[in-house]
Amino acid sequence: MKKEFTITVYTENQVGLLNRIAIIFSRRKINIDSLNVSPSEVESIHRFTIVINETEEVVRKLCFQIEKQVEVLKAYFNTNDEIIWQEMALYKVPTDAVAEKLKVERLLREYGARAVVIRKDYTIFETTGHREETDRLIHFLEPYGLIEFVRTARIAIIKASSGFHEKIKEFEAVEPAEELIENEFLNQGQAVFTM
Amino acid sequence: MSTTLNPTIEKETLAVETKPVRELSGSQAVLEACIVEGVDTIFGYPGGAIMPIYDALYDYHDKLKHILVRHEQGGIHAGQGYARSSGKVGVVFATSGPGATNLVTGLADAMIDSTPLVCITGQVFAHLLGTDAFQETDVVNITTPVTKWNYQITDATEIPHVLAKAFYIARSGRPGPVLIDISKNAQIQKFNYEGYTRCNHIRSYRPKPIVRKEYLEAAAKLINEAKKPFVIFGQGVILGKAEKEFKAFIEKAGLPAAWTILGLSALPTDHPQNVGMLGMHGNYGPNVLTNDCDVLIAVGMRFDDRVTGRLDKYAKQAQIIHLDIDPAEINKNVKVTVPVWGDCKETLPMLTQMVEAKQHKEWLSLFNQYTAEEKAAVMDAELFPKSGEMTMGEVIQQLNELTSGEAIIVTDVGQHQMVACRYAKFNASKCNITSGGLGTMGFALPAAIGAKLGAPERTVVAIIGDGGFQMTLQELGTIMQTGLNVKILILNNRFLGMVRQWQELFNDKRYSFVDIQSPDYVQLAKAYGIAGSSVSDRNDLRSALFSMLASDGSYLLEVMVGKENNVFPMVPQGCSVSEIRLK
Repeated sequence: MKKEFTITVYTENQVGLLNRIAIIFSRRKINIDSLNVSPSEVESIHRFTIVINETEEVVRKLCFQIEKQVEVLKAYFNTNDEIIWQEMALYKVPTDAVAEKLKVERLLREYGARAVVIRKDYTIFETTGHREETDRLIHFLEPYGLIEFVRTARIAIIKASSGFHEKIKEFEAVEPAEELIENEFLNQGQAVFTM
Repeated sequence: MSTTLNPTIEKETLAVETKPVRELSGSQAVLEACIVEGVDTIFGYPGGAIMPIYDALYDYHDKLKHILVRHEQGGIHAGQGYARSSGKVGVVFATSGPGATNLVTGLADAMIDSTPLVCITGQVFAHLLGTDAFQETDVVNITTPVTKWNYQITDATEIPHVLAKAFYIARSGRPGPVLIDISKNAQIQKFNYEGYTRCNHIRSYRPKPIVRKEYLEAAAKLINEAKKPFVIFGQGVILGKAEKEFKAFIEKAGLPAAWTILGLSALPTDHPQNVGMLGMHGNYGPNVLTNDCDVLIAVGMRFDDRVTGRLDKYAKQAQIIHLDIDPAEINKNVKVTVPVWGDCKETLPMLTQMVEAKQHKEWLSLFNQYTAEEKAAVMDAELFPKSGEMTMGEVIQQLNELTSGEAIIVTDVGQHQMVACRYAKFNASKCNITSGGLGTMGFALPAAIGAKLGAPERTVVAIIGDGGFQMTLQELGTIMQTGLNVKILILNNRFLGMVRQWQELFNDKRYSFVDIQSPDYVQLAKAYGIAGSSVSDRNDLRSALFSMLASDGSYLLEVMVGKENNVFPMVPQGCSVSEIRLK
């Protein structure tokens, strides 16, 4: 069954790597719903957050293919209940409408929105939250003449992760320690092992 | 303690300071890298954007042999042939734009067949990138899906460590092609060359996984309890240089073993436990018994669709053990019971230690029964026909008798490839060179050139169809100029035979554009100064093959074979391996 998965990829900072990762999806005609690239907790290591709607089997195979790329350190995949995630959205509305019709105070309270810019002609609100939350605000603002809307990609923190500080040491070691488990998927896939 | 007072440190500092730092150009640094990496042969074709490297090569011609090919595709296939026969990294030079795009087919071929290559392409000056300059192509992006790694260098100081990485990535782990695109300014740029250090570690890249013993134990348990265990092996055995370890493993556990076409020659074809070829045109027994075995042990192979046939009917009854160095292969196509992730050079000896010495005589004899059936239905008529047109099989059979399985056989793609792989005898590893995964027609002639340079002591026979030969026949010019000794055996059925076979069997004989004409190959060879002959009479075949093998230099032999012969057995597309047809 297809569902939403968030793939987190730790990589080197390298020109062309975005393409290398993106074509793993496009080659299989899989649409990327959301993609974010940012620094990670470890200096010089970048972190991709990719959201797709696929079956777990497909996502697992995709992660193997991503991890196979030379400049990728690790790829994890998680369902929505395993992560804390947020998206940020910006909304531009005419200031007239805001001033005359909109209950701004309600907007701020109910949607956790924030006014970023207030000009004579337009006002920009910002909110951060889950997809349905930022969507709700679109619907709320539409009657007031929403001029522009834009939303960032998802960023996510894996609840169970202890970060990459320790992992990177193992990657840097020429001879990895014996206790290093390099492929969690094989472990998680105990079902594979006992089938 | 102050460091300046420490005599050792001071000495070291001095040593570094007084060490003569050579000033080299980027081009010279490329060639220095090749020398340190043990490269002896480069296949290439010059052009505007790679001229500085070729200029530097002028001074290195005594250390590096450069083979001038006739087309960059020929160059990269030759590099592949070299890598496959020598076990070393093949090196290819090409210019920017069309030179680089001509490499793409070979890169895709090397990618899917895990062949270690380092390709160096020239690129326009860095300041011209993105301006649609003359012969500018976005080579890095074009080649991204067909390279294990690629990188663009625009500054000469990057050259030593990037090339060190390139060679390391190409040859380590699951090998593959690497492309390095070097802008012309970086080739010309002079810089302080501090020597070349070979790479043996990249933090984001772990080519050799740590072997997990618990999986090996589980695998050994399954093998020890099995009544009908069956080994299928691929090129991983050859790439892992684990032929001996593999043989010891199957011999101790008494396991019948069948091969994919890239695994061919890893185990001598005459070995009593070698039960033959898998897949669409493989042998009867291995295909049928795949769906009868209780434990299937896959070693260094990737369950290609041409091997498995219909996946949902593939070895469903069996417990499957998969040994592979690439974790992405595990569970990719076939769900496995026990994954053994690792280099088979390490995992096979560990497994051999854990398995009980056994002989599965009855089980093995079942394979022999199927072989007898296949022999009567297919092989006898193919290998020893008494009358009618010549068959491809009898040519291979005669060749086997003359070479005793000592030759390197390079095949192209199509019917002749299947026949050659089915019937050719091999005593030694790395002797079967063919385009397996990509099925690149035109592969054989240039690959044979490379194979000969990679293993000069061996006889190299390129077996090619009349279709494939016409795709890269320009490389006869390379043979002429290098004076290499390559035997070219064209099996001419005046058809694009494999497509014709499918059209006969599945498209009601609607022969759509498979009727292909040939030039006079003997005359063509003569024009290139290559001796040749053509035979169409069975009685002349043996002596013609003998003359070909006995000739001093290259030789082209054309054999006219039956026009509408088919390759059997065959697993029709969409069918299960056990539905293999004998006719």
